[in-house]
Amino acid sequence: MEKACGLHCTKINNIGVKIGNDVILKDVSIHIHCGELSVIIGRNGAGKTTLLKAILGEIDHTGDIVFTDQKDNITKKIKIGYVPQSINIERHMPTSVYDLFASSISNIPVFLKKDNKLYKEIKEHLKIFGADDLIDKSIGDLSGGELQRVLIAIATKPTPNLLILDEPVSGMDRNGIKDFYSIINKLKTEYDMSIILVSHDLDLARKYADKVILLDKEVIKEGTPDDVFKSLEFKNRFGELN
Amino acid sequence: MGVIDSILEIILPFEFMNYEFMKNALIALVLIAPIFAILGTMIVNNKMAFFSDALGHSALTGIALGSLIGITNMNIGMIIFAIGFALLLNHVKNKTTYGADTIISVFSSIAIALGLAILAQTGNFNQYSSYLVGDILSISDLEILYVFIIAIVVIVFWYFSFNKLNLISINTTLAKSRGIKTRKIDNIFSILIAIVVMISIRWIGILLINSLLILPAASSRNIAKNMRWYHLYAVIFSLFSGIAGLITSYYFNIPTGPMIVIISGVIYFITLVVKGKIKGK
Repeated sequence: MEKACGLHCTKINNIGVKIGNDVILKDVSIHIHCGELSVIIGRNGAGKTTLLKAILGEIDHTGDIVFTDQKDNITKKIKIGYVPQSINIERHMPTSVYDLFASSISNIPVFLKKDNKLYKEIKEHLKIFGADDLIDKSIGDLSGGELQRVLIAIATKPTPNLLILDEPVSGMDRNGIKDFYSIINKLKTEYDMSIILVSHDLDLARKYADKVILLDKEVIKEGTPDDVFKSLEFKNRFGELN
Repeated sequence: MGVIDSILEIILPFEFMNYEFMKNALIALVLIAPIFAILGTMIVNNKMAFFSDALGHSALTGIALGSLIGITNMNIGMIIFAIGFALLLNHVKNKTTYGADTIISVFSSIAIALGLAILAQTGNFNQYSSYLVGDILSISDLEILYVFIIAIVVIVFWYFSFNKLNLISINTTLAKSRGIKTRKIDNIFSILIAIVVMISIRWIGILLINSLLILPAASSRNIAKNMRWYHLYAVIFSLFSGIAGLITSYYFNIPTGPMIVIISGVIYFITLVVKGKIKGK
């Protein structure tokens, strides 16, 4: 896989979402480069999840998403990897990690015999995230951290141009969170992709983000963590951060 | 049918196989049971049990409306109505923020009430009351042909779309991010459930049809550890309860539909006990 070169640019242009007469998002524009971790913060109801759904094309929106390779200045169709906040699982459910992974990347029906080539391929990719021994486990029986690693592994196969993670550390313990950010760091430096992360955890955003975007129906403030966290706009919404 | 008949007589050398209606019932069950089982796997995973139940109830409205406007082929009237009903349910479910179960329950109640009201008004109720419990022994060659065609359609859809369906059921946005047309797949799945339910409802019955969709899959889910076992167990349970139900109903003179459901229910509780043993709490 290619290392981050800083020459790929994802432009999210003028995204607007209206549901009925309610304006959920207005004129949101975000530019990000590969090798960059952008963290979107904002209060509940600020439109963070809606923005992700708009970027993924799940809901109707105005504006567009353009991906350009600045090396040769060609606009390409963007490949997006997505790590959901939670998935619909129950304990002991009859879906193994292989079933979920194979469903995501292959058309060979998972209710038929296991495909050996595919199985090896998945196992190898899981190994990057230290999750290869989970392959035959039920996804309902994984711990929060294990599930996280599996979902990130899925989202990064094939390597996306843009990786989107929705509030991924909620409900995880300190070690889990530390592991998570070291994985993000690894992806950021070793792979050629931009990363957008939606987070409630302001401390973590401050510590790890290259760029912070404060969202409240529109982009209120963006810049380096220090710029945003010391701004008046931030203090108006979250108060003083220690 | 001649070839199939003679094969059946060789495999099952029982006295009841001398009766045409038993042979037909058996063929229909062997075709439809696996279809119920595989559709059921995703109905159970998606927590759509209520949805398929409402679809069954909508059959009554379909019959009533059909009789009102004078459609002679009940199957066509019911199928068209059920497809419309399923798509409408899907649409409303996607548009509202209420719990889906409430919406579905509203639709289901209205469907039943409307059906009963129209049938009572037109004086047709007695003629169609057999739809409530169904009569598998009255299945005709033409209906077996319908079952055969829909079975093929479901299997083809399952082969090409199951992975997509599986991903949608785990997380819709995740499915969307992999370029899956989630609405389209979801609608096709609902339409197929509607058609299968409508084609089978005359011989399974409105009151029992949902248990045949849910029970084999729910039993299998208790003990299966991945998608392959989930499907395999569901198909086995469904076939076993179908055939065993037909045979016992013949010897004990009990209606076939209820007998199949009772056997499915017993299997469910056995798997529940087994689950406690193998999977722990």
